[in-house]
Amino acid sequence: MSDVHLIAITVNGTRHEVAVEARRTLADVLRHDLGHTGTHLGCEHGICGACTVLVDGQPTRSCLVFGVQADDAEVETVEGLAGADGALNPLQDAFGAHHALQCGFCTPGFLMLATALLRENPDPTDDEIREAMASNICRCTGYQSILEAVRAAADGAAEAAAP
Amino acid sequence: MTAVGRSVRRVEDARLLRGAGRFVDDVDRPGQLWMRVVRATSAHARLVGVDTAAARAAPGVHAVLTAADLEPLPRIPVRLGPFDEPLDAFLQPVLADGAVRYVGEPVAVVVAEDPYAAEDAAELVVPELEALDVVLDAARAIEPDAPALHDRGNEVLALTRGYGDAAAAFERADRVVEIEVEVGRHTGVPLETRGLVADHDAALGRLTIWGATKVPHFNRRVLAGLLGMDEARIALRSTDAGGGFGVRGEFYPEDFLVPYLARALGRPVKWIEDRAEHLVATNHSRQQRRRLAGAFAADGELLALRDTVWHDNGAYVRTHGVVVAELTLSMLPGPYRVAAYEGRAHVAVTNKTPCGTYRGPGRYEATFARERLLDAAADELGIDRLALRRRNLLTAGDLPHHRDLPVLGHPVEIDAGDFAGLLDAALEHSGYEDWTREAAEARERGRAVGTGVAYFLEKSGGGGFERARVSVGADGRATVAAGGATLGQGIETVLAQVAADALGVDPAGIDVTVGDTDLVSAGGGSWASRSTIFSGGAVRLAADATAERAREVAAELLEAAPGDIRLEDGRAVVAGSGDRGVTLAEIAAACDATSAGRRGDEPGLTAARTFVDAPMTYPYGVHLAQVEVDSATGGVRVLRYFIAYEVGRAVNPALVAGQLVGGAAQGLGGALLEAFRYDASGQPQCTSFMDYLIPSAAEVPPVGTAIREDAPSPGNPLGAKGAGEGGVDGAGAAVAAAVEDALGVTRALVEVPIVPERVRAVAAEAGTRPAVGAWS
Repeated sequence: MSDVHLIAITVNGTRHEVAVEARRTLADVLRHDLGHTGTHLGCEHGICGACTVLVDGQPTRSCLVFGVQADDAEVETVEGLAGADGALNPLQDAFGAHHALQCGFCTPGFLMLATALLRENPDPTDDEIREAMASNICRCTGYQSILEAVRAAADGAAEAAAP
Repeated sequence: MTAVGRSVRRVEDARLLRGAGRFVDDVDRPGQLWMRVVRATSAHARLVGVDTAAARAAPGVHAVLTAADLEPLPRIPVRLGPFDEPLDAFLQPVLADGAVRYVGEPVAVVVAEDPYAAEDAAELVVPELEALDVVLDAARAIEPDAPALHDRGNEVLALTRGYGDAAAAFERADRVVEIEVEVGRHTGVPLETRGLVADHDAALGRLTIWGATKVPHFNRRVLAGLLGMDEARIALRSTDAGGGFGVRGEFYPEDFLVPYLARALGRPVKWIEDRAEHLVATNHSRQQRRRLAGAFAADGELLALRDTVWHDNGAYVRTHGVVVAELTLSMLPGPYRVAAYEGRAHVAVTNKTPCGTYRGPGRYEATFARERLLDAAADELGIDRLALRRRNLLTAGDLPHHRDLPVLGHPVEIDAGDFAGLLDAALEHSGYEDWTREAAEARERGRAVGTGVAYFLEKSGGGGFERARVSVGADGRATVAAGGATLGQGIETVLAQVAADALGVDPAGIDVTVGDTDLVSAGGGSWASRSTIFSGGAVRLAADATAERAREVAAELLEAAPGDIRLEDGRAVVAGSGDRGVTLAEIAAACDATSAGRRGDEPGLTAARTFVDAPMTYPYGVHLAQVEVDSATGGVRVLRYFIAYEVGRAVNPALVAGQLVGGAAQGLGGALLEAFRYDASGQPQCTSFMDYLIPSAAEVPPVGTAIREDAPSPGNPLGAKGAGEGGVDGAGAAVAAAVEDALGVTRALVEVPIVPERVRAVAAEAGTRPAVGAWS
C-alpha cells in the first residue's frame, strides 16, 4: 500500500514530478498534491462526473484513475480554461450568461465534458449535447441552462469561424 | 436603471467558473489531521463494546474516540419547534451509546495523519454487537408489540392540528372521498458531501471552523454549549457550499466531533464525508403514509378534510424535531377554502437514517396527498379536475385568510393572492390546452400520453431577524457583510443588487460576504426561503443608511443641499448640474477619523442595520406535466413541464427561474426515481448513485416558467416572497395525475416514486396495450 512511485504529469501545460502512493487517485493528486482544487469530488465512484478532467484529451473521471496511471499524461483541468489574461473562455462565459450554474460544484466537470464534446464535435445537435451532458449530474440547475450554454458556445464558435 | 428586478449576472460565477471557489475540502490548515467515522453496519443491535486496540496501533493514528471517552455524552438538541412534548428521549448522541439504531450511525472516530491512513485504521475498529429485531415501517413501529428503539418506545408523539367542525361537515357531506397515499424516502443529496475543518488556537482560546453553513449562529451556540466555550470565541467561516436543500448545515454528530478533537489534540482536524456515508448519514426526508378523506357537496364544494399521517422519522429525532410532520399537517389545506380540518400525525422512529427537512418540507408531501384526493374526487363526482379546483380555490373575498394552524410558530395568515388568476396564467402561458389536445390525439393513435395539474401553497420567511453592514472603502469599492449563508442559491448576487441600487453602483463591483460569525454577530441563517426577505431587508436598510451618509458628506463637499444629491455610477452629483460631483471614493476618504470627528460623526462610510420579524409569506403556484408512458416497460417520460409561481417581487428573475427549474428536477426525481430502500434486516440498498437515482439531463425535460409578481408582500421592504422551494412542491402530484391520464385510470397512482413495476401493473389492469413506436 505504501509503495511510492515518482510520476511526471503535465497539468494545463506545466510539468510536475510527484511522488505518489500506488493507490492515490488522480483526483487527489490534482487537488491535494498539486493544489488544483477546481476539480471536485462528488461521489468517488464514477457516476456524478464532477471530477471530470481531460487526460490526453479524453474526458476522464479523475476519481476512478490512479495518479500512477497518469504518468507522462497531459491533463487539462478547469483552471486551464480561462485565457492567459484571466478572461473567461467562450464556454465559461456562456455558462455564466445562461445561469448554467448555481452552487458551482459540478460546474468544472460539466465545463471539461463540454470542452471535450465541442472539440470532437464542434457543431453538435441538441440531442447530441443532451446525450453528452447526461454523463454528469447536477443537483441544482435542472440541466436546461447547461444545455443552452453549450449550445450557445457551439453556435458562437461556429459564428466566429464563419468566413 | 435599477439592479433589482433585472437578471444581472451572478457575482459568485467569476470564481466558480474558474474553479477558484473555496469549498470546505479546499481548506487545508498546517499540521492538520484527518477524521474518519466508523459507522454501524447493523440496523439495530446492542453495542456491548468497541475494540479499538488494533486501530490505535495502526500507522499514523493519533486518536480513536468512542462514546466511552465522552463524559457527559452530548446529544444534539432540536433547533425547530413544535415542542408539544419533550423530545429529549429520542435525541441522537454524537457517538452510539449502548445500542446502534440505524446502519450508518457513528460508533467511533479515528484521527490520523492523512485520509487514507484514517480510513485504513477505521476498518480495524470492531464494534461488538448483539442483534436486535428491526422495525422499518412507521405504522408498524407504533404497534404495542413492535421492537422498541428507545426507552420511551417508538412513537415520538402524535400531533393533532385542525380547526372547525370536521365531524359535522363529514356528517352532512354528499360524498366522502378517501385515499391512501405514500411518499417515498427522498432527500436533498447535494453534489458536494458534508465536511468540516476545525482549528483551535490554545494560546488565544479561539476555535475557527470552516464548512458550517445554513444556520451558523445557531450552530455556534450549540457547539459553545457542548464544548463549554464562550460562543464569542468560536468563529464559523463562510465557504462555498455545493448545494444545501435543507440537509446541509444542520448540526450533526460530526459538527461536535471535529471541533472537539481539534481542541483535544491541539491540531487542526479535517473531515470530508464520502458519498457512501452521505447516503446513510445525512438527513433523509419525506417518507410518509397518509389516509386522507375529503367531505364534498354534490357540486364539488370541499367542506372538510380529515387526515392521518404516519411519519417515518428514522432512528432519532434530529435538529428539525417534528417540524416536517407539523408542516405536512398545517400546509395540507393549501390554496383552497376548507371550512374544517382535522389532522393527526404519528411521528415514529424506525431503524433507518434519521430525517430532517428537504426542500419544500411538508409541502411536497401535503400537495401530493391533497391534489391526488382532488383528482380522485373530481373523477368520482364527474367534475373536471380543473373545475373542481376552481370551485374551491381561495378568492379575493376570502382574503385575508386565517387558519388556526401553526407554521413555525405562527398561524397561517394568507394576506394577498390571486389564486384563480395564477391558474389561468399557468394554463395560458404553457399552452396547456394544446398539451391536453396533443395527449388526446396521441392516445387515439395508441400512445399513452397524459397531462396533470397540481396546485400548491408555499410558505417562506417568517420570524426572526438578520443583520447587515454596508460599507464603502477609500478605494470606492462597496462591501456587504450580512447574515445568511451561501448554498449555491445566488444570495451574494441578490444582496449586491439590493445594495447597488441604494448606492448607485454596479452590483458586479460589490464584495459580499455572508455566513461569517465574526463579521455579523447574530442571525437566523439561510433556510425556509427566507434570505432574500431577511438578509435582503437588512441590506436594504443598511445600504439606504450608508447612501444617506454619502449624500450628507457629498453635500458638504459640494456645498449643496443633501436633498439635491444623487448617487449614480459610483458618484454623488448635484441634481441638475451633471458636472458637479464627487466619487464615492472621495466621499469615503472624507469620512476618515479626523474629518468625521470634526463633524461629530463616527468615522467610515458605513452603516449596520437589523431587519426584524417580517411576517410569514405565502407564495403559491401551479405545476403542469405532460408524460408518455411505455406500458410495456413501465417507463415514464416527462415530455413537457411548466411552473407558474407567484413570488411577490423577483429581485433577479433568472435566479428565480433557476430555482424553479432546479426544484422541478428534484421534484421529478422524487416523482419517478428517488427512494432510499432497505432490505428486511434494515440494510440500506441505496448507498451509491447506481442505486439512489438522481435525474440526469436525459430525464429532465425543458421546464417552462411564468414568474408572477401579482401580490408583493406588504411585510418586507422588497415585497419579496421566497422562491427557493416552489419548484419542487407539485411535481409528485402533477406527474402522478399525468400518468393516470395517460393510462385512463383513476386512484391508481398514489405512491411516489412511481416505479416501472407499478406502472406496468396499472397499465395491464387498465388493458392498455403496449403501443408500437411509443418511444420514437
